[in-house]
Parts: sequence; C-alpha cells; structure tokens
Amino acid sequence: MTPATLHFVSGGHLLTVVIFFPALGALALLILRSEDHEWIRRVSFTVAAAEFVLSLLLIPGVPLGSGTYHLEEFHPWIASPPIQYHLGVDGISLFLVILTTFLTPISILASWTSIHARVKEFFVMLLLLEVGIVGVFLSLNLFLFFLFWEVMLIPMYFLIGIWGHERRIYAAVKFVLYTMAGSILMLVGILWLYNATGTFDLPTIQQMLQGGLLALSPRAETLLFLAFFVAFAIKVPLFPFHTWLPDAHVEAPTAGSVILAGVLLKMGTYGMIRFCLPLFPDASRRYAPAIAVLAIIGIIYGALVALVQPNLKKLVAYSSVSHLGFVVLGIFALQNISMQGAVFQMLAHGISTGALFLLVGMLYDRRHTFEIDDYGGLATPMPRLAAFFLFVALSSLGLPMLNGFVGEYLVLLGTYQVHWKWAAWAATGVILSACYLLWSYQRVFFGEVTNDKNRALADASARERWILASMAVVILWMGIGSPFFTRRFATSCQTVLDQMQRPWAYEAAAPRPTAAGPHASSSALGSSLERFGSR
Amino acid sequence: MSPPVEDILRVMPELIFCGFGVLLMLLQPFLRERNGMAFLALCGAGLGTLASIFPLVNAGSAFGELIRADGFSGFFHLLVGLVAFLVILASAPYLERERLAPAEFYALVLFATAGMGVLASAQELLTAFIGLEMSSISSYVLAGYRRESLKAGESAMKYFLLGSFATAFFLYGIALVYGATGTTRLSQMSAADPGGNLLRLGLALILIGLGFKVAAAPFQVWTPDVYEGAPTPVTALFSAGPKAAAFALLLRIFSTVPAANEFWFWAFWILAALTMFVGNLGALVQTNVKRMLAYSSIAHAGYILVAFCAVAFTRGDDERLTAGVAAVLYYLLAYALVKLGAFTVVSHLGGAGEKRLDLNDYAGLGQRQPVAAAALSLYLLSLLGLPVTAGFLGKFYIFKAAIHSNLIWLAVLMAINSVIGAYYYLRLIVIMYMRDSQPGVDRIPFPASVNLVLMITALGTVYFGLFPNRLIAFASHPGFILGR
Repeated sequence: MTPATLHFVSGGHLLTVVIFFPALGALALLILRSEDHEWIRRVSFTVAAAEFVLSLLLIPGVPLGSGTYHLEEFHPWIASPPIQYHLGVDGISLFLVILTTFLTPISILASWTSIHARVKEFFVMLLLLEVGIVGVFLSLNLFLFFLFWEVMLIPMYFLIGIWGHERRIYAAVKFVLYTMAGSILMLVGILWLYNATGTFDLPTIQQMLQGGLLALSPRAETLLFLAFFVAFAIKVPLFPFHTWLPDAHVEAPTAGSVILAGVLLKMGTYGMIRFCLPLFPDASRRYAPAIAVLAIIGIIYGALVALVQPNLKKLVAYSSVSHLGFVVLGIFALQNISMQGAVFQMLAHGISTGALFLLVGMLYDRRHTFEIDDYGGLATPMPRLAAFFLFVALSSLGLPMLNGFVGEYLVLLGTYQVHWKWAAWAATGVILSACYLLWSYQRVFFGEVTNDKNRALADASARERWILASMAVVILWMGIGSPFFTRRFATSCQTVLDQMQRPWAYEAAAPRPTAAGPHASSSALGSSLERFGSR
Repeated sequence: MSPPVEDILRVMPELIFCGFGVLLMLLQPFLRERNGMAFLALCGAGLGTLASIFPLVNAGSAFGELIRADGFSGFFHLLVGLVAFLVILASAPYLERERLAPAEFYALVLFATAGMGVLASAQELLTAFIGLEMSSISSYVLAGYRRESLKAGESAMKYFLLGSFATAFFLYGIALVYGATGTTRLSQMSAADPGGNLLRLGLALILIGLGFKVAAAPFQVWTPDVYEGAPTPVTALFSAGPKAAAFALLLRIFSTVPAANEFWFWAFWILAALTMFVGNLGALVQTNVKRMLAYSSIAHAGYILVAFCAVAFTRGDDERLTAGVAAVLYYLLAYALVKLGAFTVVSHLGGAGEKRLDLNDYAGLGQRQPVAAAALSLYLLSLLGLPVTAGFLGKFYIFKAAIHSNLIWLAVLMAINSVIGAYYYLRLIVIMYMRDSQPGVDRIPFPASVNLVLMITALGTVYFGLFPNRLIAFASHPGFILGR
C-alpha cells in the first residue's frame, strides 16, 4: 500500500484513529459489568491487539529514505492563541508508536491473572495510558504535545497507586511530582517560545529558526533549552534526576513497569531528539559535553548500583538507568550513527527490559517476593522460564545477534568518532551489565534449590510462553534484521542533525552582523518579540 | 422624572435579584413548601442571569455614568448569576438536612448576588462601595447561618470584623482618591493628574480593601476560619462569587487609572507571589477538607493576581491588556465551576451537622461512591491544572499573559506553586482511591438537584477545557474593559 492510498483509505485520519482507538476501547469497557472479569480482559486484549495492527499500517505510510513527517493532520483547534491539532509521523516516532502498541497487549496478557481487584478500572487505565503515550509521539504541536504528556500522568499514577506493591502511594506521588516539576517549567518554556514566534507549531518554529527568521539570544536559548531539557531528563531519567525511577518501578504492577520502562522513559529521549536538538542547537552543542558526562556517570552508576541490588526488580530498574544513559550519550554525541544507535537502543531497551520486567513479574506471581536471596536453583523446577530469562538477559547485556548489541554498538561507534574517551568509559557499562545480569541469573536460577518453597514452582504456563516467545522473536529479529529498522529512521536522524545547522549563522559569523540584519545576534528575545510578536 | 427604559434594563439583573429576594421574605409566612421557595429562588437567579444578556447586545452607561453595563459587566453578571443558581440548587437539600429556614437563606444569596452585580458594573467608586456593602453584609449573615454551631458563629464574627475593617480601608481609599482627583468617577479619574502621591496612596488603600475580599496574602488570615465555619454551600458561594466581583472591580479601577500601576508594580508582584505561596504551603498541612480547599482558594487568588499583574503592567500595550483580562475572566469562570462543584460534593458528604470533613473520612470513596469520587477528582485535577480541564487552560492563559508582559519570573514562581499544589490535590485523590473505607461509613445518596449541579460543573469544566474558543473570543473582545 502506498502512502497515498493509505491516507485515502483512512480518510486522512489514520493518526487520529491510532491515537484514540484505545480510548474507544476504554469506553467499551466501561459498559461491561465490573464483575465480568473474563470479558473485560478479552475486550481489552482485543482492542489492544487491533490497535497494534492499526499501528502497523503506519509502516507503509513512512517511505524509505524520507526524513520528513507523513500522514500529517492539521486542523485548527483553539483560535486564540492559535493552536492547531497537528499530527505527523516520521521514522523516529514510527517505531516508538509501534513499540507502545506492541507492549500494551503484552502487558494486558501479563496482567491476565495477577490483577484481581478493580479489574475494569485497571484495563481502562492501561488503555488510556496508551492514548497518552501514542499522542505524545505523534504530536507536532507543542501545546498538543504538552497536553498528551500531562494526560499520560494520571493513568500511570493510578496504575502505580492502586495496583502497586507495599509503598505504592509514595512511589506514585513521587513519580507525578517529579514529572510535573519538570514539565510545568517546560510549559513556561513553550509559552516563551510562542511569545517569540507566535505559533505552537513545531515544523513552523523549526523553519523560522533554521531560516534565520528568528534569532534567540544565547541567554534566551540556554534558558529555553534547560526548560525543555530538564523536563526530558527527569523523564529519561538522566543521572542525577533518576531517584524516582527505582521507587516507581519496584512499586508498580508488572504491566505498569513494562510500559514505564518500555515506553514512558523513551518519551524523554524522544523529546530530546525532537525538541532540544532542532530548536536549540547552539545550546545543545554547548551543553553536549556536560550532558554526555552525566550520561556516562548514569551508565556506570546505574550498573554499579544494579550490581549490588538484593532486589531483582530494583536491579532491572537500575539497569534501565544505565541503558538509558547510552541513549542520551548517543543523542548528544551529535553523530548520525550514534543517533541511529540511540533510537535503536530505545526500541531494544523497550523490548528487553520490558521482557525482563515480565519475567520478574512472573517470578513474583509465584513467590511474592523480589529478593534474590529467596530464589536459587530455579532452573530445576522451571527450565523453560529459565531459558527465556537467559535469552532476555543476554539480549539486554548486548550479545551480538540480539537486539541490545546493535544499539550499544552504534552508539559507541558514533561516540568514538567524536570523543574516544567517552566511548571508552561508556564501554565499561557494557561489561558491567554483563556482570550484574549474569551474576543475578546465576544466583536466581543456578545451583541447588535452597528454599523448599521453590521446589514445586510451576513452569511457564501456555499464556506466559506465548508472551515470552513473541518477545523472544522480536529480540532475535531486531538483532538480525536491524536494517529493517535503521533504514527507516536513518534519514530522520540526519534531518534532525541538519535542522541543527544554521546556515545564516555561519555567514554572519565572520563580519559582525548589523543590528538591522534579520538575524542580528545581539537581538535579545525582547527585540525579536517586537518584530515577530506583533500579531 | 423616571429614568429611561434603557437605564432600567441595564440594572435589570440587580432589580430581579433584589425583587425576588424581597418576594421570598414576604411570601415566607404563606408558603410552607420548601420546594416552592427553592423554585422561586431559582426563578429569581435564573431570570436575573437571563436579564444580564441585554447589556451584551446593547452596551452603555446608565444613571449618569454611575453604572456601565457592557460585555465586561455582562460576563460577571452571567458568572455570579450562574453561581447563585447553582448554589441555590445545591443548598436546597442541605438546608433541609440541617433544618435551616430556607427563605431568608435564598433571599440573602440573591441580595449578595445583586451586590456583586453592582460591584461588577460600577463605574463610580461610591456605587462600587454600595455594591461591596450589599454583598458583604449578606455574606456576614450567611456565614453565621447555622446558629447552633459555634464554628459558624466564629466564622461570622471574624468575617464581619475583618470585613468591616477592609471596607473602611476601601472607603478611606475612595476619600483620598477623591481628594487627589476631585472625582469618584473612573472615566474622569483617568484624565486627572496621574502623578500625585495622594492618588497613589488612595489606590493602595483600595487595593488593600479589595485584597481582603479576594483573600490575597497578607490579607488572607480570615479565609480558612470563615470558609470552615460557614455552611458549605455558602462557602461555595464565597469562593466563587465575591472573589470574581472583587476582581472585576480591581480590573476596572487599575486599568482605567494606569498611572499608579507602574508605581505599585512591585506591590502587585509581591502580593501575587506571596498569595500563591501562603495558600499552597498552608494547604499542604491541612487535614480538614474545607480548610484545605480554603487555602487552595487563596492560592488560586494568587494565580489570578499573576494575570492581574500582567494587566497592570501593560505599559499601554492594548494587546497585553486584552490577553491579561481574558486570562483573568477565563480563570474566574473555570475556577468558579470547579470550586462550586467541589464544595457541593463536600457539603453532601459531610453528613448531618457537617461532621465528616476530615481527609480520612474520604478513604475508600472511590469504591463507596464512584460518581462522587470521580466528580471530585475531576475538580481536583482541574484545580491542579491537568489538561482536558478548564483549570489547565486557565493556567495556560495566565502563563501566556504573564510571559507576554515579560513577567517570566512570576510565571516560574507560579509553575513552582503548581507543583506544590499538585501534592495536596493528589493526596485527596490518593485517599479516595487508594485507601480502604473506615468501618461504619455509609453511602450517602446524592439528591437529584446535587447531581445536576455536579453534572453542570463537571461538563462545563471539560467543555471549556477542550473548546475555549467562544469564551476567549468573548473575553478578549478589543477594548472590552475600558468601555471603548
């Protein structure tokens, strides 16, 4: 199917459908009686699966080798200030959407038997969460983006707070407050940017900045960059903003952890690629070394903390801090290769860590503990689960042929071209990840069964085998068939880097620009405001 | 000689409010039916609200420019009329439960509303003073309407003493302004000498007087006690109506006499910042729902003051003025809807004698009464400022107005405050949904009229959160406020 036919068939609203289809499903769930657990599960799984199929239609919608937005939708929404309902998909957001729609049915399957209380509300929240996340990835209007970004908080808050473990309320509140603290400053930044440009439309702002129609003073650019970056860094989470993550992960129910690690964290790195780099290139370049250092600290720190964790779920949570450090490093190395690696690592981490959380959740369903010491020798009673766990752990630590390797390799390759020391330090993270994953695997699955409770544990059920097998297939496919992915977002990555170029800035660099020039470097935000803010 | 018809039409809402108020008091001995009186009061509020449409189509001054009925005052008339309507609707079952006499209650609500209407359309300071007194005196009585309750007595007494004190400030301010300019008419004041210290001082005193009314820190001390002690439907009225009317007058005065704004700019700035912090930090430690919402009212007055700063700091830029005024108007409406709804839920969950007001009494509400809990959550999320609610767009417009007027740091302070606010709003949601019911707490069925109020406020909150176009277009009508 060509993009044109696709667009025609959907009436030009494919992206809207993809965003709001789960909301329809949530409405359908509300009609069901709340005691009808079996039907609630079936309906929500069907909706999520259909949503996955729908999102696959986006793949032909984004032609190979194209770096622009496709399947765009543009409708006026709020008249004053002018806010448009603007959606679009490019190579980077394409797979993040599909990752979301893939992980949602998986987490519904994973919650099939482990959620007993308020079943209906749980699946409603899960589907609403999907709406918010997909909306974030497809929005091309800063206001709309912020709207989805905030809307997504509420379902996640309830997922952690109602269906979580012992300290769930603390974790839920911490999660929301951390995110809000960052995002509300981003809102101020968005409005500041609007004040200077007169629009919330991302492509328009990009063009204005790139074409030299609008010049931000260095100070304004720095402040704006920080307003956006801190919001994203909290979400990623980049060291030292990571402290909410272990709490949220450990306390969340399995499905919540899968979505949280799988896609929510990616919203932060996605924001960096989509907003920080193209809108504020000079500030990005200026701060790139500092951010890279923070990312490397995150990689090593996360891995070291994971190494000493007695709690299996916390271990996986800290491994996320470490892996997301690679993504941030790849982005701020500002190389095409490294950015491709970062995007790939985002997807790979979503699958691998999602699978790890699923496995940890399956162990928890059987034994109701996350403590590594309570396990041991599990390979004897549950050989299949052990095999899957090993496979996923190997993918997470970056074994060649599996998905984790591709992303980390590309990131290191790209980073090495800029700064070999960064690559060298980051590479220690790869080694450490092998240490903590294999060591924990050894303690959980190998050896004698020391605890009698573990002797008669059931192996993976048919449902669990389906879940894990589908994850394993994707892991293997991403490892072997990585070009299928990279070909689709390589050009988009290059576009982001191109958008960072400001041709007029280099022309103006030699002679001191005159104040009358359209891009006078001395123009503070105030004066640019006078020129462009006079609407 | 009787005044022309147009003049009468321009004060028609007030006439209707007062007329129905008097009618209710006269009919009280003959009309035994509670429902009949409620119906009559609703008719009064509804007709008065409808009558405020006239100034929208035919704006102009009345009674020798004492009153100006235009889009601006029309907006506030519609707002306070709606508030009165919803308060009466929600208080009918409340009055029955608490065995309180309905006729005087409704009459006082209508009188207070009439006062707020005068306040919003006054074009002359003494007229404004009359409006202020009308609404205040009715409010003092309403605050102490539960005579048996000690807290209500305390509430009424505090409100009366501090309120009179504030009114005195206001009056003294008028006197000084008159001394400086030789007039009390706003339209003539703008032409008078702008530089005098006397005028500045007078305006400062007026600001203090109205600061009491809107509960701006450091004049907010009465708010929690009064809000807590008053009957909850009255608290709903207090938090929505008088605040809106006082802001209307503030906007009128300080945008017509911009001379002093530059001088008092930092006073406005500090007032806004202080109010936000006092409100939010105070709310953090409350365990009583009414007190928590009272402190949140203070915080929200602070947010509106941010927009007010943006209006006061326009430096003659009409666009900034419009943006700021639109932000204030939008926020006041969004806020009134939400606070009305929230206090209505609280008043009916409180049970007889309003005993269940502790945060812990809300434990397990999500399962016990899903509809009430969902509605209250929606209001709380709107107060918190999450998207798809009117509260979010309200904050958004205030941020926009503030940044447009270059008040970046005030906007940042407001952002910080939003996060502080998130903590205590979320805490109530946590308690409702994530804690189990305490033993012995029953379901309290909501009467139909209360459900109607909840529906109107909830739908309004979502509707204006998604489709603000008409409202904003109306509120940012050019030259809206100066009557040009």
